[in-house]
Amino acid sequence: MIPMAFDYEVAESVDHAIDLLGQHGEDSKLLAGGHSLIPIMRLRLAAPTVLIDLGRLEELRYVRDGGDHLAIGAMTRHRDLLFNDLVKEHCGIVGWTAGLLGDPSVQHRGTLGGTLSHGDSSGDMPSVITALEGELTIKGPQGERTVEAADFFQDYMMTDLGEQEVVTEIRVPKLAPGTGWSYKKFSRRSQDWATVGVAAVVERSNGSIGSARIALTSMGATPIRAAAVEQALSGASPDAVAEASQSADEGTNPSSDDAASAEFRRHLARVFTQRAVEEALGR
Amino acid sequence: MRRIQVNVNGVTYEHEVEPRLLLVHYLREGLNLTGTMVGCNTSNCGACTVLLNGESVKSCTLFAVQADGHEITTVQGLQTNGDWHPMQTAFHENHALQCGYCTPGMILASVSYLKENPNPNEEDIREALEGNYCRCTGYENIVKAVQQAAGQTS
Ligand SMILES: Cc1cc2nc3c(=O)[nH]c(=O)nc-3n(C[C@H](O)[C@H](O)[C@H](O)COP(=O)(O)OP(=O)(O)OC[C@H]3O[C@@H](n4cnc5c(N)ncnc54)[C@H](O)[C@@H]3O)c2cc1C
Ligand code: FES
Ligand code: FES
Repeated sequence: MIPMAFDYEVAESVDHAIDLLGQHGEDSKLLAGGHSLIPIMRLRLAAPTVLIDLGRLEELRYVRDGGDHLAIGAMTRHRDLLFNDLVKEHCGIVGWTAGLLGDPSVQHRGTLGGTLSHGDSSGDMPSVITALEGELTIKGPQGERTVEAADFFQDYMMTDLGEQEVVTEIRVPKLAPGTGWSYKKFSRRSQDWATVGVAAVVERSNGSIGSARIALTSMGATPIRAAAVEQALSGASPDAVAEASQSADEGTNPSSDDAASAEFRRHLARVFTQRAVEEALGR
Repeated sequence: MRRIQVNVNGVTYEHEVEPRLLLVHYLREGLNLTGTMVGCNTSNCGACTVLLNGESVKSCTLFAVQADGHEITTVQGLQTNGDWHPMQTAFHENHALQCGYCTPGMILASVSYLKENPNPNEEDIREALEGNYCRCTGYENIVKAVQQAAGQTS
């Protein structure tokens, strides 16, 4: 349970981190909250030769009002999001879900940038940011670029991040007053990762559903949009939710493991999609 | 090796450490502060909980180098002038421990949580302590102890 030896560098700025990544090459890794990386280093599933610590970059720890969106610094801790007033007012799903990750001690360390960059499709935040159609700002030697969440998550533990790139900011839309949200997570024990999770962002319009955006956790290699349900619900009456949710597992590719069989995961996706959309409609 | 300066329980220490040294091992083996326990070593049980700048963290999931320049409080630094912290007294008075292995982590996680929420209800407390396991299954009295301490500090 002792990680392999490595060298340790402290990034003094984002540009410095990019330089250090270039200097040390492909076996170096960024360290944010360390709450995915250190556990896998202890198990020696990862053995970076150099760790570049972003932990001193307080300038990446913020939530700002960007007009129609919130801009969240990559090093913002889960627990910061849980208690943040701007998040509570404009995009409650982000703070609420942050409060579900591990326990308070995990939330004191883990960061939004870290959990997205890790790219684990059983992570809760990747689905939430996908359902919100959020964007990531990424900085590298060639400068800055913006990527939509849908394009960021590419495969199991694989993101669009280049070797010398750093996620600096995450942008999520401010939800209009008529828009409800929900994140439903099924896990067998407290603190466990999601066996299945469902993020729903639902726009109401004159008593019916305007649009619904639904993203599923642990149903494939990346967060997956429940496109068939979204389509069925567009412009539909709230009475349509139960039936529409029956197609929540269409186009998914869940695996079987100790926590659940693929079939059980499909069942959970259908049930929890219904519950999430219903809760979103009531919120 | 890397030189770090850490303030632990009010005392400043300077040491050369290997970057891969976990904070919990630095505390236990480097500083001989064995009040902090190692339980699971997989970031789940909370036995190794300490305060980093006043906030609960799992010291098995932090490298000592990450604590450079910061303040750490372990269970051995909670008392002031020989008087127990109210949380320690509350654990004692409510028989909130049996073997005591989880207790330092429970106490520190609870101290940290009450700073965020000084008036928790029972459910809040159970949720806040979800990452602290007690294998003697003494949760009833642990929750009571935290409730008592909350009553005194708020
Ligand atoms: C006991 C426990 C329970 C947990 N439960 C859950 C749970 O239920 N749901 C859940 O979703 N998560 C859970 N987590 C994981 C937690 O949310 C982590 O904090 C998170 O997944 C990783 O964030 P981090 O800041 O700790 O990243 P790190 O572990 O520091 O980094 C993760 C990866 O991302 C890279 N990286 C980090 N920051 C950046 C950046 N800014 N730019 C580019 N690359 C970067 C790193 O190089 C590394 O490869 C749990 C963790 C623990 C220990
Ligand atoms: S030893 Fe650190 S959480 Fe169990
Ligand atoms: S008192 Fe024994 S583990 Fe909690």
